[in-house]
Amino acid sequence: MSGISKPAQNVYDSARNENPAVEEFRALIRYRDLLVQLVRRDIVTRYKRSVLGILWTMLNPLGTMIILSIVFSRLFSSQGSYPAYVITNLVAWNFFSQSTQFSLNSTLWGSSLFQKIYLPRTSFVLSTAGTGVVNLVLALVPLTLVFLVTRVPVHTSVVLLPLAVLLLAAFALGISLLLSTLVVFFPDVIEFYPVLLTAWMYLTPIMYPETLLASNPFGYWIMSLNPLYRELKLFRMLLFDGVIPTTHEWLIGIIVAFVTLALGWYVFTNKSKSFGYYL
Amino acid sequence: MDIFEPAPDTAIYLKDVSVIYRVPTERVATIKEYAIRRIQNRIKYNHFLALKDIDLTINKGEIFGIIGRNGAGKSTLLKVISRVLIPTSGRVWINGSVSPMLELGAGFHPELTGMENIYLNGTLLGHARKEIQEKISSIIEFSEIGDFIDAPIRTYSSGMVARLGFSIATAWNPDILILDEILSVGDAAFAKKCGVRMKEIRESGCTVLLVSHSTEMVRTLCQRVMLLDHGQIVGVGPEAEIRDRYQALLGG
Repeated sequence: MSGISKPAQNVYDSARNENPAVEEFRALIRYRDLLVQLVRRDIVTRYKRSVLGILWTMLNPLGTMIILSIVFSRLFSSQGSYPAYVITNLVAWNFFSQSTQFSLNSTLWGSSLFQKIYLPRTSFVLSTAGTGVVNLVLALVPLTLVFLVTRVPVHTSVVLLPLAVLLLAAFALGISLLLSTLVVFFPDVIEFYPVLLTAWMYLTPIMYPETLLASNPFGYWIMSLNPLYRELKLFRMLLFDGVIPTTHEWLIGIIVAFVTLALGWYVFTNKSKSFGYYL
Repeated sequence: MDIFEPAPDTAIYLKDVSVIYRVPTERVATIKEYAIRRIQNRIKYNHFLALKDIDLTINKGEIFGIIGRNGAGKSTLLKVISRVLIPTSGRVWINGSVSPMLELGAGFHPELTGMENIYLNGTLLGHARKEIQEKISSIIEFSEIGDFIDAPIRTYSSGMVARLGFSIATAWNPDILILDEILSVGDAAFAKKCGVRMKEIRESGCTVLLVSHSTEMVRTLCQRVMLLDHGQIVGVGPEAEIRDRYQALLGG
């Protein structure tokens, strides 16, 4: 740091009237190393004080899968390999429910820091999504185990799985941004959202086969209006069914994910100006 | 756009800055409550004017003092300058990086090691990983943490936490430094070291904003002082002149 005059981009001017959605994006690029550190912090601290450590990420869906298999496998025996089916859905669902729920807490956790130093406001929400993706990848280990044990073949369609994960993450991020905006103004979203999540889980074909809903008109109607179902389906088709989704299915998935993300980004960045007055 | 462009040697320029907190007369914390009241049109707010029409220009390299009673708007002004709070109206123009030295180690995580916390805290302050790598040995050395650097922060004494926090916060010379309180970090020896480091930073040509209740510290350091009261500027000028007005304000 010498006495050379600073470049112009170091000047902050509120009169520049930049689009908040674009401004936030630029700020994030400058703070990209922070995102990596926040994900690292979440991963490291989550497992540091437990004996089994990172194994928990893998044991958690495995445990739920075993319980569900004991309870439901006879009921849905027509499904083929129920354990493999349910763990596929659970891994995707867990990613969605955990990252959206953690984003609520992280926004509030961050509030003490946001009051003291300038940070891009989306950084905590983004880092929870990043942590979620890391956990999802780890959860693929027990999933592979279940596939091997139950002799469910993995098809070549699995190479497209990263695309489905990307769409699922974009959708989850959009929802997280909307929720985080809401929780600043209404703190009781924290209490309300888990209830909504439970309802959402039962209304989405996760523990039961899709045909159960599709067989009656009302169920079919619920299923087609459920945006999460579109993303989960892509994930499941590629991994469990071994089928490449049709162009139509991809398009719906892409549109749902990126419209949600764009909406969340727009709402959050435009409202975050006034966060300082509420937190 | 034909907007006024501050002179190149300006560090901070505020024009007509006002901050109005809208405090609901009754706290509405649930959506249900909000919806009901919204329909009945029963949401009423008290408007609390924290800052009113602040015009201020601070030049590069200046050591500028802000004094005023409790609740005069000093903290709100600092929040506006450090971009934590976006004012309700007015223009904020800041030239250079702002380092608010408030509550050292605010972003520390107790379960992470000292080393991990240096990276976390450094990136929270807006530095790139590469910049932190360049400074890491000098940060560790200055903090006098020694081998504890690889132990979790929860095993540190409060003095060690403060020392590490100070070392990270002052590892880079900021363009604008905000000092909210008199730094009391660790023992006498370390406090002296801090004093030397602060002097170095001041002499690096950085702009310093000093906020204090006590006029003593402001007197010894500041060239210009601003007196705030009820969110408005009472006066800006040489320290001696403003001190008298502050005394009059306190007396009356």
